[in-house]
Amino acid sequence: MPKIKLPSPPPGAVPKALRPAPQRPQEGNGKKSLKDKLIHDGTEAGTTVVDWVDERTSLSGATRWALFRKVPKGTNWFYTLGSATLFAFLNQAVTGVILAMYYDPSPTRAYESIRYVTNEAFLGEFVRGMHKWGSSVMVILIFLHMARTFFFGAYKYPRELNWVIGVVLLILTMVMSFTGYLLPFDQRSYWATIVGVNINGTGALIGPYLSDFLRAGPDFGATTLSRFYAIHMMLIPGAIAALIGAHLYLVAKLGTTAPPWLKAESEPELREQEV
Amino acid sequence: MPDKRENIKSRYTADRAIPGAFEGETVTRRRFMVGTTHLAGAGAALAFTLPALAFALGPVFERQKATWEDVGPESAFNPDTYVPVNFTNIPGIGDVGRTTAYVRRFNPALDGSSQHKGEAIQPYVAISTRCAHLGCPVRYVPAAERFICPCHGGVYDKLGKVNGGPPVRPLDRFYTRVRAGRVQIGPRFSVNSQLNRFSPRDPAEPLDGIGQYAYPARFSTAKP
Repeated sequence: MPKIKLPSPPPGAVPKALRPAPQRPQEGNGKKSLKDKLIHDGTEAGTTVVDWVDERTSLSGATRWALFRKVPKGTNWFYTLGSATLFAFLNQAVTGVILAMYYDPSPTRAYESIRYVTNEAFLGEFVRGMHKWGSSVMVILIFLHMARTFFFGAYKYPRELNWVIGVVLLILTMVMSFTGYLLPFDQRSYWATIVGVNINGTGALIGPYLSDFLRAGPDFGATTLSRFYAIHMMLIPGAIAALIGAHLYLVAKLGTTAPPWLKAESEPELREQEV
Repeated sequence: MPDKRENIKSRYTADRAIPGAFEGETVTRRRFMVGTTHLAGAGAALAFTLPALAFALGPVFERQKATWEDVGPESAFNPDTYVPVNFTNIPGIGDVGRTTAYVRRFNPALDGSSQHKGEAIQPYVAISTRCAHLGCPVRYVPAAERFICPCHGGVYDKLGKVNGGPPVRPLDRFYTRVRAGRVQIGPRFSVNSQLNRFSPRDPAEPLDGIGQYAYPARFSTAKP
């Protein structure tokens, strides 16, 4: 069974208490005591499980390919904005799924179910707050991430496709914000959605039909809310998750760019040859 | 690539010494099998995507039924000032589906005789409170004889024509009729700045000039 070789920390980095104890002198004629055997098996259990999975999936190679990448000199905190956006999305996904356990997307029951979540359900106000404020956090982080990519020139060849995917993700996030805003179904969200759908209808030729599609008819009707709910919690999150996968694949494949203030250095040997 | 092409001497499988080839056969069995599999896969995928897509798009093409709502006896309205009436515009969703209209009797002195060219004059003028800017509810201020929108400052005169602010066309109206001495309100219609009648458009869609072509009538329009 092939063992994974984990990178070992430099000597002295690990506190003394956590360092592996030196082998105890064997008792008797080389037979391990039960206690030692249990300790040995216990400490090896994690590796054994990982080995078992890896032998059947070969996932360790893909994991190493995706995570143990070389990053350019000068990589700094600005490069964490993409991960921050990803975690904002994960927060939205997890809290959203939990909120869906209580939410009822019918015009007569929606407001009451939100009121129940906010005022009565245990931690409901907190989880709903995470979802509500998290949406703004996600939009802000997306724009910061986009600004970093733009100002560092990280959208240039060969990363144009990743920029395009990122723009689609930005649009999908906006659709999430738009469709999610209606769901509390109070006066503010109702009228904001009326205004939003009408703005969407100002697109020439296609706009009026797009509004009809969003409302499921010429007026804000009985199925508009459930339509927004389905778009908000099924259609768009699936697309976002798939596109994030493609986005991350391209990041791992192409690597990240150095900050623009660092000049590329050629190999010392090549430099000599150039002279 | 060109070299490979040259190696293929004939388009007939029999000439290319493929085992089991038939006389006159040009498609290899492998190609035929690949094509069949692709076709079967495409058919299976279309079998669920097309109905689902049509199901989602259905409401765009579905013509709404016209409903007539009783809003009171004829004696409740007069030709000079508006009376607000509250009625169910969209059935089935409770209070959300109720809307307000301002109603007065048709007044030749005010409305003129050519209110709607070529069409029967509505016995009552019922003006929708849905602002033609972005759909907020307007209210009528009798002292100013103006309709005023709270959201972005749209102002309309007594006929619903734009006086100021961002609205792109006059306020919408409703069809009206009288049945057994009672006024009924029917489907909505939109008007341009000359008060000519158009099928209902969403707010923010102008109807003057190129606007009537840029924002065409929708399939969901109810026939009165």
